[in-house]
Parts: sequence; structure tokens; C-alpha cells
Amino acid sequence: MKSFFDTIVIGGGLVGSAIAFGLQRLGTNTLVIDEGDNALRAARGNFGLIWVQGKGADFSPYAHWTWSSAEAWQTLSDEIIELTGSKLGYSRPGGLELCFDEKDLKARKDKLLRLQAHQPNFTFEILGRNSVCDLMPDVGDKVIGAIYSPADGHVNPLYLLRGLHAAFQVKGGATKNGETVISIKKDGARYKVETKTSSYFGEQVILAAGLGNKKLGASIGLDIRVKPLRGQIIVTERLTKFFPYAATQIRQSEEGSVMIGVSHEEVGIDDGTTADVMKKMSKWGTNAFPKLTKAQVIRIWGALRVMTPDGYPIYDESKQYPGIFGVACHSGVTLAAAHSYHLAAALFKNKLPRILSPMAIERFNNAPH
Amino acid sequence: MRRINPKTNKKLIFQFENQKINCNEGETIASALLASGENIFRISHQSGSARGPYCMMGVCFDCLVEIDGTPNRQACMIRARNGMEVRRQSKPPSLGFSEIAKGDLK
Repeated sequence: MKSFFDTIVIGGGLVGSAIAFGLQRLGTNTLVIDEGDNALRAARGNFGLIWVQGKGADFSPYAHWTWSSAEAWQTLSDEIIELTGSKLGYSRPGGLELCFDEKDLKARKDKLLRLQAHQPNFTFEILGRNSVCDLMPDVGDKVIGAIYSPADGHVNPLYLLRGLHAAFQVKGGATKNGETVISIKKDGARYKVETKTSSYFGEQVILAAGLGNKKLGASIGLDIRVKPLRGQIIVTERLTKFFPYAATQIRQSEEGSVMIGVSHEEVGIDDGTTADVMKKMSKWGTNAFPKLTKAQVIRIWGALRVMTPDGYPIYDESKQYPGIFGVACHSGVTLAAAHSYHLAAALFKNKLPRILSPMAIERFNNAPH
Repeated sequence: MRRINPKTNKKLIFQFENQKINCNEGETIASALLASGENIFRISHQSGSARGPYCMMGVCFDCLVEIDGTPNRQACMIRARNGMEVRRQSKPPSLGFSEIAKGDLK
């Protein structure tokens, strides 16, 4: 394998593979270095939402960035299917959040109104209990209403990961699996990226290593303060379609499996599952749809989100080493289209999109570590 | 390793699609059906293609059958019992969910 590239992307998860595909399709010569199966791999535990509802309600650059990705998602899905022949299970039926109390409904509504104030294209409606029952007669007695927005969608996140990797390779991209990057050094006009077994040279380096970005970033002057936030998920047997929308706590895959989530736990590097969280999530699921009581559970798992201090993504370039960029976010599915198209187009010119400048690391400078 | 001895193990009979299947106590439904020459356990509701056991160890979910009225059961993980009624499955269970209204919000 040759060792000189225009760009080296460190990390083969949803963020790394989306950026790498985007750069490769513009005609660059890109390498993805992916770690082994012992890596934490947030991309393999994902719920699969392209979620707009509420994102960036109090931070307009994130709202605009999310919106631009959601709008480009159909194009991304079409392009991957055309290149690889593999489906992604993508659709945009809108997001329907079931609500169980008035206070929750009001808080959600207020948040969406704040989002709408700087994102006028965003629309939503409040559904009373009767309207929800008209749509889905089997909804539980405790559901008082719902919020619907046509902006949200969902996808099979594993098909997406496979699709991005395959599309990248169809375009001639190179992937190196099972190698952990141990150092990044300046080498004349290039950067030298070393793993235990090999050295690779690139003019541009993108850090997309999820939680691994903290250590890698520190070595090249980027203070990427990410930490793990665990989410647990329940997956049931395949059932006939009864919930045709996207939602943050339940979704039904194209094949009929029901996924119920999602917890937010600060437990360090521990991607295990716990009985109390499973109990809570099962309770939520059967309150939403009592008939799920009879569903067989097929799998449960925990996975670690890549969380920044304020929950918004980080996009930045090392001042010490220009041409080395760091990207960290927990919305690798939602932002995949923005990463493949908008971000890659700017990185192709060796810069970041102007819309992302508020998402640089400098915003944390006054905050304690 | 546990072995089934056709000479000493008790004989069982269960039904598959209304046919009698003879097997030995301790056998799984999947092994009993395969030994009887049955290899189509279900029809994929995604592709319409015929499916049968692939992994025989509870991982692939290709051997799903309906057992005594309960669908989506893994034939390779469940031992045969006398008088069981096993059926091929061609669609996922509905759990009694109603038909959903489509398109009302779009």
C-alpha cells in the first residue's frame, strides 16, 4: 500500500467515513485509518435518527448546520445507493414525540418556538390525545398528546456506516483497519501519521476518532474535551409496522424491529447495560404502546456517545499545525450529509466552513476543565 | 459433550405444518426438522425468499418458526416437546396492533 495521501482521516466511524467519502468524491486521495474491534465505536451503537426537532434551539449555528444536513440527507442516501447498490433504510416521515404530561409538552413546545425564532423553515404541530389516537389507535392511556415535526427522519445506522465505507472505496479511497495511531508529526511540508506497524504521510489530517480525539488532539495543540455519555438501547423482535415515525425514545426499523431508548449516563468508559435503566425504558415503551408488553426482546446494549462540554459539536484547526483539523460530535447520523458535502467541500480548500466558526474550541476557553 | 442416543433416548412426536415429526428427547426443533428433511422454516417478509437454519446456535435468526401460536421463536434454541404445534412463518407477528393511519400528517 502506498503511503502518501492528500488527506488522512483518523477514525472510521460515522464522522470519519462521512468526511472521507466527501473528500474522496471531490477527487482527492484519502486514507481512513480505523482502529480494531477493541475500539469504543460509538457508530455501532447508534439509534439512527436524523433529528432536527429542538437541536440548536439556544445556539443558532448548530440549528442551521443541523438543518442543512437534514435537507441534504435524501441526496446522500440516493448517492450511496447509486454507488454501492445497498439500501440505507432512510426515510423522512417526520418526528413524533409522545408526551405523558402537560409540563413536558409545554417545555418541548417552548424549545421548538425558540428554534423557530432563528430557523423559520422549521415547522411543527401539537397533537392532542385524540389526534394521536386517530393516527395510532394502540397508543397507551397515559399519552396526553404529541409533538410532530416533518423535519425529522431516520436511517439504519449500521447500513449507513457500511454504505459510507463502501461508497468511499468505490470512489477509490483507501482504508486501513486494525491500526491505532500513536503519533502525528510534522515532516517537511507534510504530516507523518504513525501507527505501531506503519507510517503514512498526508498534507491534511482530520481527527475523527471520537473519544480518542482527546489524546490525539492534545498531541497537536487541539484541546478536544470530549467525554463518554452512555446510552442504552432495547431491540425487540421484528413486528408488523405500528409506529411509522422517527422519535427520540422509540423507532421501528424498516424491517420491523423496535428500538427503545435512550438513557444519558455519565459512567466513564463503561458500555455495559444495567437492569434499572432497562426497566425504565421497558416501562416507557409499554406505557407508550401497551401491546409491546408481549414483544420479545432480542438484544440490549450500551454505547458511549462522544459528548462535548456544551453538547454542541467541535470543529477546529490546530493553530500550531495548520492543516490538522479536529471534529467531534454525538450527531454522526444527523450530520452525515453536512459532513460529506458542506464540510468536505471546505476541507477540500483546506479550511472550515464559515458557519462553523462558532463551534471552535475557543468557546470553552473561560470554562474550567 | 452431551450426545443423543437414538437407542436409549425417549421418542417424541410433534406437528410441523400438520405433519407428524418423530424425534428423540433432547433434540431441538431445528435439528428434528432438518433430520426429517424439512429445510424451509420461514419465508422472509422482506425478500420473499425461503429461509432455514444457518448458524444453529441462536445468532442468525433465520430458523424462526411459530410454536403453539407464538411466532418468531428460534427453532435451533428450543427443544422439541411431545405434541408441540410448529408452523412456518411468513410475516412478523402483529401483537394485535391495529392498522396504522398513513399519510395524515404529511
